Amino acid sequence: MIISVASGKGGTGKTLVATSLALSLKEKMKAQLLDCDVEEPNAHLFLKPVITHSEPVYISVPEIDKEKCTYCGKCAEVCAYNAIAVVPNHVLTFLELCHGCGACSYLCPEKAITEKGREIGVIESGHSDGLNFAHGKLNIGEALAPPLIKKVKEHANHEGIIIIDVPPGTSCPVVEAVKDCDFCVLVTEPTPFGLNDLVLAVETVKELNIPCGVVLNRTGVGDRKTEEYCSEEKIPILLTIPLDTEIAHLYSNGITLVDGMPKWKSDFNRLFDKIGDIIHERTGRLER
Amino acid sequence: MKELVVLSGKGGTGKTSIVASLAALAQSKVLADCDVDAADLHLVLQPTMRENHEFWSGQVAVIDEEKCTQCGLCQDLCHFEAISDFRVDPVSCEGCGFCFHICPAEAIVMKESMSGHWYISDTKYGPLVHARLGIAQENSGKLVALVRQQARGIAESDQLDYIISDGPPGIGCPVISSLSGANLALLVTEPTQSGIHDMERVLDVCRHFGVPALVCINKHDINEDNTHKIEDYCISQGLKVGAKIPFDNVVTEAIVKGVPVVEHSQGRVTTEIESLWHHVNQALKE
Repeated sequence: MIISVASGKGGTGKTLVATSLALSLKEKMKAQLLDCDVEEPNAHLFLKPVITHSEPVYISVPEIDKEKCTYCGKCAEVCAYNAIAVVPNHVLTFLELCHGCGACSYLCPEKAITEKGREIGVIESGHSDGLNFAHGKLNIGEALAPPLIKKVKEHANHEGIIIIDVPPGTSCPVVEAVKDCDFCVLVTEPTPFGLNDLVLAVETVKELNIPCGVVLNRTGVGDRKTEEYCSEEKIPILLTIPLDTEIAHLYSNGITLVDGMPKWKSDFNRLFDKIGDIIHERTGRLER
Repeated sequence: MKELVVLSGKGGTGKTSIVASLAALAQSKVLADCDVDAADLHLVLQPTMRENHEFWSGQVAVIDEEKCTQCGLCQDLCHFEAISDFRVDPVSCEGCGFCFHICPAEAIVMKESMSGHWYISDTKYGPLVHARLGIAQENSGKLVALVRQQARGIAESDQLDYIISDGPPGIGCPVISSLSGANLALLVTEPTQSGIHDMERVLDVCRHFGVPALVCINKHDINEDNTHKIEDYCISQGLKVGAKIPFDNVVTEAIVKGVPVVEHSQGRVTTEIESLWHHVNQALKE
């Protein structure tokens, strides 16, 4: 089973929830945390994993053989991303724009283009006290997160439970991280910003046909509109975490909630049970 | 005319609250919300929409079932695994057109996709250019570029002194699109391990694109040790810390009320943001 932890708005507590959920579950079953926020991965700061494997990730970009090239312009014509321009006796490539679709090399009539790998980031995997761990780190200056996220997800170990830490937002990196999950936990805070972005996140997971529930973080300030929205839309609130200086302080020092305050473990186990019930109701599958 | 972009790497450090306050403090500016997939600035600036435009960008492949001979070539060649059972999954399709070009039966067409909307609005603080990327859509970078281009156009025609942009979290496509060519990046961080880690990465992105940076430590008093670490780090990197804003519930209260915090409270948060605006101006002059 794959559970993703997403939010819409950044900084609502995705990593707090993902790490504490994974740590609570690993005591009872095989568990894995995949940090798919490859632009700003943070789970490792809390889990301090032992990294046992590191591999670069490449996307395939064109390399042009000038001997064979006749400057016919076909490659530039088929490139949808303006990553190739052909001028008299010159082919210019703008590899940071390339999405690695492979059209240019396949369609070159002279077979003058080969696909070569361009590194966009790295995947590191290992373990943290019995919890399986992997994350991706996008290289500085790289724009394309989705291919790296896809690679992180290839490290999924389907024998156990997989928790995915999703990047903020609602666009392509989020879709890549969330798609094919069995359930999506949406972490939000009870403010107009939190609600606005929760609504967008709910629409995104609905579009992907993934069931979701909400974790309401930093309750006690803000307003009640997020709860009202959840009740109107029949989205279950699975857990509430109060605004609390001790929790904030643990977080600021890179300590997970369940390590710093072990009494929270039972709350995260209950959160998992509720998710199991929802999936069971929906699919008839028993996930405990 | 000077362009300031507010970034953070990590989400939720307070970018939008600070941008809204700078909007209230700055004279002669246009505002741009470059966080197009989770825009929040409008919730504080209470805009009245003047223009509403569709954002058409990118394409999606569609297979004509009548013409398709089910040869499977498109499925084999698609680098994004977007085609299965002779159907294109529009969410996975990157619109590259490879399948369209190679289909022997000419059964594939590329359809333009409407990926969102962008708006020009009036606010009490000046014009605002903002956008909304469609749900699960791509091309956020292009939409950000469009928002900036429109804001620049307004700044030029109205002879405004500043473009103030609220940037997205992260370091990828929409961040690069918000940042490249700006005069100054204001990096809003918080004294947490994640805040520090993410600020360092977004600072590297600023350097990569040659944009100078100024740092603001938000909620500095939630962990003074980490605040000192950030200050030491900034000194070692030759960066200025423009403000240290304390944690205060007035920030959330202002969000709930839908007003910039500097108009809601006259406390230390406001004093620090006023001082921040002074430092931003100095940095823009340098």
